Amino acid sequence: MTGIVAATRRREARRAGTVAIALGLVVLVLFALSLSYGSFQVSLPDIVRSLLGQPTPPQVDYIVRTLRLPRAILAVLTGLAFGIGGAIFQNLVRNPLASPDVIGVTAGASCSAVLAIVLFGASGGLITVIALTGALVTGALIYVLAWRGGGMGTYRFVLVGIGIGAALAGVMSFLLTRTDIRVAQDALIWLTGSLNARDWDDVRPLALAGLVLIPAALLLGRLLGGLQLGDDMAKGLGIGVERGRLGLLLTGVLLVATATAAAGPIAYVSFMSGPIAARLVRGGRPALLPAGLVGAAVVLAADFIGAHAIPGIIFPVGVITGVIGAPYLLWLLATANRTGRGE
Amino acid sequence: MPDTRVRRAAALTTGLVVGAAALVGVALLSLLVGAQPLPLGTVLDALLHPDPALQQHLIITESRLPRTEVGILAGIALGLSGAIIQAVTRNPLAEPGILGVNAGAGFFVVIGISVFGLKSLTGYVWFGFAGAAVAAVVVYTIGSFGRGGATPVKLALAGTALTAVFLSFTTAVLVTDAATYDQFRFWQVGSLTARSTDVAAKALPFMAVGVLIALASTRVLNALALGDDVASSLGQHVGRARLIAAVAVVLLCGTATAMAGPIVFVGLIVPHAARILTGPDHRWLLPYAMLLAPILLLLADVLGRVITETGEVQVGIVTAVIGAPFFVAMARRRRLAEL
Repeated sequence: MTGIVAATRRREARRAGTVAIALGLVVLVLFALSLSYGSFQVSLPDIVRSLLGQPTPPQVDYIVRTLRLPRAILAVLTGLAFGIGGAIFQNLVRNPLASPDVIGVTAGASCSAVLAIVLFGASGGLITVIALTGALVTGALIYVLAWRGGGMGTYRFVLVGIGIGAALAGVMSFLLTRTDIRVAQDALIWLTGSLNARDWDDVRPLALAGLVLIPAALLLGRLLGGLQLGDDMAKGLGIGVERGRLGLLLTGVLLVATATAAAGPIAYVSFMSGPIAARLVRGGRPALLPAGLVGAAVVLAADFIGAHAIPGIIFPVGVITGVIGAPYLLWLLATANRTGRGE
Repeated sequence: MPDTRVRRAAALTTGLVVGAAALVGVALLSLLVGAQPLPLGTVLDALLHPDPALQQHLIITESRLPRTEVGILAGIALGLSGAIIQAVTRNPLAEPGILGVNAGAGFFVVIGISVFGLKSLTGYVWFGFAGAAVAAVVVYTIGSFGRGGATPVKLALAGTALTAVFLSFTTAVLVTDAATYDQFRFWQVGSLTARSTDVAAKALPFMAVGVLIALASTRVLNALALGDDVASSLGQHVGRARLIAAVAVVLLCGTATAMAGPIVFVGLIVPHAARILTGPDHRWLLPYAMLLAPILLLLADVLGRVITETGEVQVGIVTAVIGAPFFVAMARRRRLAEL
């Protein structure tokens, strides 16, 4: 018996590794593509030379290092953060609908950011700080309200989150009717999620946060498998249920919040990355790293499409992830239903 | 036993009469209260002998009466469709919006404004209605693929997914078209105001059919709420019953959304409040939901009128802000069915 279990486990681990490597390659290709393609084409050797600081033709350094590199890095980082953050929530609650954009954490970040934009005309770094604070406060509020009788029911957590998210959405649409249309349009683009006009100042905080949070998430992610078995079983396995869950939730909220602060709540990335990664990896175990890589690939590809699909119009990346992601979700649902797996 | 049953029926009937009286009272309140409070005599005068020359009469006939009518109709629709959708999906957290109806209506309204250059709110109604219907049909079709037909969870998932689809296409239009967004943001917020005077009259036929279907299907809903197996052993054709219920929801909720924009939480909260009073029997639950929802909606609307010094807070925001604490409290209190 143990032999079979061990063999299955080995096979799953190997598959997860292969998938992660393949996804990493996809991200790398998309990254190179978004650096090289545009109204000014840069050849691959020139990109490498520019990145390594070797002499390059005129303008190439400016285009690659100042214009395209921060945007591409931001795409990768937000994708990773949304993907991993979303997968943490979904695995913890064992419900694919429980991604941070469904349960109000992202709404907390967005709502406080819109508040800052509309009421105080905030921009840049201030929005980052405010959005981060908003997400943390909302996350804490949901956690406290979902706490009852010495424990936090995961299902209750989702429901409380949905309720708070809906109230915040109401406040947001109110704010948007009470302001000048230009401000409202700005806020709408921010709410959709956009990588336009980002520079190194936007990348730095997210990069720092990612450096701490992503390894933390991957380490804590080892607890997920145990926690998924249910609270009693997890306790039996010697896992500190509440502490583990709190740590995971905090990491997830922080990941999603910093990414939202940097690029807006890019629609559906945290929602779809986890399920896509789970399909690729198969096996029952939570796959945080693949989810993050799927997120990065999705954001890079969507931003590329948004910038180049229709000449003259640059769509915010969130529009593209939504337009692509949502039908994918429907297709997933329809095929799962047809094969009888949909319950 | 029969004695208590009779007494209970009598009590519930009395409750209905009290509820109807309360609704009339709230409707009157909605006519009296506003930026310019009007005395009862003037209101009655304006209703019975409207004189277009008098400004106070115009306030009543052109502004407050239409919005009160819309409030009553939309309230009835939201309350009924909420109760039905909760029975059909057997999920206490289901609300009409979960079938993608609001998002579908929103997308079609955006297309109407952006592509067909709609300016009047009367025009929105038809686009909103078409969008709601299309959304519901698609959700139902996707939800019925595969084993077991349209099970509650599949319907909820398909509704969520379709909402996402419509929302992203809506946003794609809005971020590139400021003029459309300028109109749409006022529709999106959910409000009883600024609808033209004859909206309620236009919506009435759809509403009437929806209400009739709903009230005729109370026994079917009672059976469905017990679960598919029990329902079919009670002689109900489960698939057909769900389809009829879905038609009622589309008619009711589509009309409400078209008239007033997406209003959240009313369809969710009211059935629960009604259930506390009536218990699970849909023959009582539906009439109660039908009375409580317009009362709540009109009260929220009146509250929104007086809460700020300048201007008004739209009813959709009032219901969202009042509704959320209620929703959270409910999620904390009850043992809820897993979705």
